[in-house]
Amino acid sequence: MDCRELGKKAGMAGDTRYIVVVGNPNVGKTALFNAITGLYGDVSNFPGTTVEMCYGRVGRDLVVDTPGVYGISSFSGAEKLVRDLVLTADVIVDVVDAANLERDLFLTLHLIDLGLPVVVALNMSDETARHGLCVNREVLENILGVPVVATAAVKKEGIEALVRELSAARRGHRDAHLVRRLPEMAGELGTSEAIALLLLEGDASAAGTLDLPPGNERMLLYDKRRARANEISGLVYGPGQEEKSFLDKLGQVMIRPSTGFPILIVIMGLLYLLVGVLFAQVVVEFTQGRLMEGYYEPFIRTTLAARMDLESPIGVILTGQFGLLTMAITYLLGLLAPLVIGFFLVLSLLEDSGYLPRVAILMDRLLSVVGLNGMAIIPIVLGFGCVTAATITTRLLPTDRERRIAIFLLALAVPCSAQLAFVTAIMSRLGAAFFILYVMIILVVMVAAGVVLARVLPGFSTPLMLNVPQLRLPRPDNVIIKTWMRSWQFLKEAFPVFVGGALILSLLKLTGTLDVIQSSMEPITVGWLNLPRESASAFIMGLIRRDFGTAGILGMPLTIGEQFVAMVSLTLFVPCIASVMIIFKERGWKEGLVIWIAVLFLAFFIGGLVSKSLWFITGLVGPQAPAVMIGILVLLTAGALGVAFFSKRV
Amino acid sequence: MTLDSSKRGQVIRIISLPDEMIRAQATRFGIPEGTVVTCREVIPMGPVVIGRNRQEIAIGRNLAKLIGVEPVWSGEKECAAADHR
Repeated sequence: MDCRELGKKAGMAGDTRYIVVVGNPNVGKTALFNAITGLYGDVSNFPGTTVEMCYGRVGRDLVVDTPGVYGISSFSGAEKLVRDLVLTADVIVDVVDAANLERDLFLTLHLIDLGLPVVVALNMSDETARHGLCVNREVLENILGVPVVATAAVKKEGIEALVRELSAARRGHRDAHLVRRLPEMAGELGTSEAIALLLLEGDASAAGTLDLPPGNERMLLYDKRRARANEISGLVYGPGQEEKSFLDKLGQVMIRPSTGFPILIVIMGLLYLLVGVLFAQVVVEFTQGRLMEGYYEPFIRTTLAARMDLESPIGVILTGQFGLLTMAITYLLGLLAPLVIGFFLVLSLLEDSGYLPRVAILMDRLLSVVGLNGMAIIPIVLGFGCVTAATITTRLLPTDRERRIAIFLLALAVPCSAQLAFVTAIMSRLGAAFFILYVMIILVVMVAAGVVLARVLPGFSTPLMLNVPQLRLPRPDNVIIKTWMRSWQFLKEAFPVFVGGALILSLLKLTGTLDVIQSSMEPITVGWLNLPRESASAFIMGLIRRDFGTAGILGMPLTIGEQFVAMVSLTLFVPCIASVMIIFKERGWKEGLVIWIAVLFLAFFIGGLVSKSLWFITGLVGPQAPAVMIGILVLLTAGALGVAFFSKRV
Repeated sequence: MTLDSSKRGQVIRIISLPDEMIRAQATRFGIPEGTVVTCREVIPMGPVVIGRNRQEIAIGRNLAKLIGVEPVWSGEKECAAADHR
């Protein structure tokens, strides 16, 4: 599968049809795309999973998957892309949620009013029975005047019938008022009927293309279309007693504050037990401790020792401190692989259940403090899997200002699964007080950075207006495939970096360059952070990948306090090369560079502050220092909240 | 009254939306002016969740303050009110 930001018609032969899958967010477009093409695109249960155009082939035809939209115009970046795609499509597959026709038929009628060739996929048909609904497909087909095929994309039901009906795609019965008016208008203006309608509805780009003032009939036409959609859905649903399932009731309880917040805490606790205890301790104990360090590494060393001198340059490169065959492979397979799989498993479960949008509702108020609305919780949570992927997901945020804030916070304060893997490994040696202090420092930095950005950047946050998806039981097959695809992709990218990075470090060490770098970084590492000079190599590694840098700390003989300072600095450190590339792509190189330098500066600045205060307080109270620092942070936060509260009152 | 002051369980009619963009978006969602919806949840200081059929829409507090509504039914199970539903 190939994803591009713009639907470029790649490799089109003369008789290739161009099939575009469109629909409201979270109706199963990508699931349908996967079923038609046999490819794999991520499928979740929250609106906005797909933020790119992805295309695949079926026979000679090109199939394009698109982000979800509620109508055709140019209200957002995604909408502009979808509008351009549908205007040039040979066939439009309009995916509707069979249980939410009233909402979804607006887009269907919009496509039909535009005069485009449409086939309707009545998706999630299998779920209507659960709601006690009966949908009359035939009535819908006759009213709309286009083929309607019942499908259940995740179960691959109705797909063959849908593919057969593609050639029957046709223009449907448009609004009676438009039937004569649009062709006339199109003739007069020398443009298509679709563009004529968009012009009437005040679409800015249609007006630009025709060099005419945008029309002012949007609300009139929208109101009529809305009334028709309601009327049709009233006719299509047969009599049936609607009933609430257990999942519906659970979904309700999850957003009721009195039960929702406790449930959120319990779920977070369970996830911690799954990843932080089961994967990070039990599984890693076995894979890293037993398999890799117990059997694999001694085996490699004895095998190689029989053939070469392990102290020779080649021996050092292969099995030394940064050994290609020892450190790089052990970290990748023994530590990173199980933890990354654990994190992506958890994220997949959260995504597919439909729980994330509910968290968005609960967190909306809190996120407004940092200039974001509740939806921003989705990229931030996904960042704990992979910051690179999460940075792309920020496209589901409506404004530039919100994307900017979210991207900066991701780059600064959200550690990805790989880094969390190493942080968990190190933190488990430092004790609970340090762990709590670590979490608090990172949170405070994140909130403080967000508050400052929200103040400094011009504009306002967009208010939340979110369609809440139904709670569903995650499908095991989708969870497993998604976890596997993402983990594999992640490890595939990490592998060359770990091996290449280890090689470079060994070379730097052998040539003495590492010593020079360590000396030149002494003012920062030794002077400001109070770390030994060797820690410079961890920061050098961190420039490539934060997690790789954190792994560097794992092998260093540092005191508990030093390890803690290194953890804080490296968590706040610049994100991996892949993330940086995406930030540059999304935000342009100027803003990207500003973000990168700001993050680098903040990482060292805050790391040093933490170090200085840790040593100072340790001098006063000894080993109780982390507990005292937690107390101080709590007081400072309470103080800041108090000031904010009273300044608002006044 | 405005949407942010509605109570859970209350049935309300949306009577005014703040601007053209919100109105267009609300019309696409299926909740234009005149629609009768149920207030499903009110998160203190947070969003208001309204429901219509099987659809649920969360609306941020600041937007809810700008949406004018009128109560249709208090949601309390009085026999008379329940009979007319």
